[in-house]
Amino acid sequence: MEKLIDLGTIIESGINKLEENFSGLWGAIDDIISWTVHSMNNVLLGIPFYIIIAFVALGAYYANAEKNAFKIEGLKKGGGLTLFVILGLFLVFAMGYWEESIQTTTLVIVSTLIALIFSIPLGILAARSKTADVIIRPILDLMQTMPAFVYLIPAIFFFSVGNTPGVVATVIFSLPPAVRLTCLGIQNVPSDVIEAGRAFGATEKQILFKIQLPLAKPTILAGINQVILLALSMVVIASMVGAKGLGSIVYQGIQQNDIAKGFESGLGIVILAIILDRITQAIAKK
Amino acid sequence: MTDQRKIKIKVEDLTLIFGKRKQEALALLDKGISKEEILKKTKCTVGVNKVNFEIKEGEIFVIMGLSGSGKSTLIRCLNRLNEPTAGKVFFDEHDITRETNKELLETRRTEMSMVFQKFGLLPHRTILENAAFGLEIRGEEKLAREEKAQQALETVGLKGYEQQFPSAMSGGMQQRVGLARALANDPEVLLMDEAFSALDPLIKSDMQDELLAIQSKLQKTIVFITHDLDEAMKIGDRIAIMKDGVVDQIGTAEEILTNPATEYVEAFVNKVDRKTIITAETLMFKKNTLVQMPKDGPKGSIRKMRTIGVDVLPVEDENKVFLGYVWLQDLLELEIEKETSIEKALKTNVPSVYKSYSVEDMLPLITGTKYPLAVIEEETGKLLGLISQTSLIIEATRFGKKEISELKERANEM
Repeated sequence: MEKLIDLGTIIESGINKLEENFSGLWGAIDDIISWTVHSMNNVLLGIPFYIIIAFVALGAYYANAEKNAFKIEGLKKGGGLTLFVILGLFLVFAMGYWEESIQTTTLVIVSTLIALIFSIPLGILAARSKTADVIIRPILDLMQTMPAFVYLIPAIFFFSVGNTPGVVATVIFSLPPAVRLTCLGIQNVPSDVIEAGRAFGATEKQILFKIQLPLAKPTILAGINQVILLALSMVVIASMVGAKGLGSIVYQGIQQNDIAKGFESGLGIVILAIILDRITQAIAKK
Repeated sequence: MTDQRKIKIKVEDLTLIFGKRKQEALALLDKGISKEEILKKTKCTVGVNKVNFEIKEGEIFVIMGLSGSGKSTLIRCLNRLNEPTAGKVFFDEHDITRETNKELLETRRTEMSMVFQKFGLLPHRTILENAAFGLEIRGEEKLAREEKAQQALETVGLKGYEQQFPSAMSGGMQQRVGLARALANDPEVLLMDEAFSALDPLIKSDMQDELLAIQSKLQKTIVFITHDLDEAMKIGDRIAIMKDGVVDQIGTAEEILTNPATEYVEAFVNKVDRKTIITAETLMFKKNTLVQMPKDGPKGSIRKMRTIGVDVLPVEDENKVFLGYVWLQDLLELEIEKETSIEKALKTNVPSVYKSYSVEDMLPLITGTKYPLAVIEEETGKLLGLISQTSLIIEATRFGKKEISELKERANEM
């Protein structure tokens, strides 16, 4: 059937123009992201694996045990996760995927940080301005329903293959929940508390930083947790455009029909996901 | 004395209209068109309708009305949490409605603090940090503001709770924090929006007493919103009664009780429990003849009684502190026994009250005694006057004298 409206071509020519006219910008973004991922990988891989395992285990313990860290209750609360961290990460190391796991973690951390730099201010904006909310909301809907693979195409187009298109696609894919939850958290701050702030002469900035953001913190942290998990799932897909890490092993497993590889790397991703999720959840609960 | 105090807040033709076509609605309102008509024509609601009043320095001015009467909207016009559509609000000499945003922030930060029905405390901060919130907004140093907040917390009786969080406290205590937060700013004006309405009755009464005690020390100008006329009568120096955005009557509790201006006010007043408003001071009669110990012996006392024709007299000591009563029959016995002191006849186990006691407070005291209630000055212990049991019962029951004497006879027969 003949197309009445050729939307695809219009978008394509738009993207072409963007690529041509701002090539300097794309180059700069590529440089910054590649450099950050590269140096973070180098630093983390330079540290012996057991120190990293110990560090993550301690982090997991403190996140759960809080004030009771030196008491029996603390051990009861934080003990399980700590044990899981030690055994899980050691298993990853023993299977021979330590380097890939670090690469994946780096990609998750960098993408999450970039996503948060955009999503939290956007969420604040959406919560405080109806116009912004009306504009942002459908864009978020679009971003969340669009199949994740679709983001890979323009990402390659702008940044060719490698870690950068992976990070960019991951950022776009994982950003919506943080915007939504930041917006929701701020909108749910009781109006009487805000009114009290106004009555005492608080400026808009003071209301945001002293009342709205602190009260919205648990919801915002839940949003960050979602971003991290989405980033992790996207990083696997991003291996199709050359992002390194456990995802590329999964990808190899599929291509080579190698069950052993696929299972091991898949298990590694699950272990990372559980650790990241439980630790961020414990921090959010505080 | 009241007239010499200077005017702190003056409200002139204050009007607030909710809706999009405010100016159109305002023009209609000026023409004298009714609220309902304006709502039909412009879809605008008149929240506050040309309100005028003056509040004197150090006064507790109560604005009372049922929900939807516009009282909360009105108080929010005073600090412009609600933007008035027309009219003026003078604070001392300057017109708050003309202030720029910056001036308005300054006014809110230094001159008027607000206490809210729902407290409006920050759950993630300790009590001390909450009390210091206004000062923090104002930009005061941490140490200075915490010291002031500490003092304010002591004023409201929350010493020792500084490091607790609001969620750990009862409603009454949370509202004390709300009050401390307002006091810590040391404003000239306190705006209290249904501040005690969310509390249960006993706590509410406690908080009212507390507020009156604080007010007698600090002498702030207080604007207090309530829907409870009993509360209004208890704490208000003057009361404005509001209905449908209009102030129906402004006056003291007594003026409003005795002379309700409209049917609406009258309907309110009829529901008021007079028992809680009429105080010992209004009921007592002055007693000029007293027996003084040790100066007066039995003979002198009997003589005093005979001159004014009574069989019981109050007794005071040489410092005019009230001691009790003596009865004629006891004195006569002492006279026969040739005693020189009346000490043996003195009955000290007698009820006494201060002049601020209400009828409700005093009623329980008269059961099981035949003595009149002695009204005592709080500071000196001096006798101010007496209240007869009959007048107290009349006031409490609003029965006629006949009914009372019937009741008494019946009680005696039993």
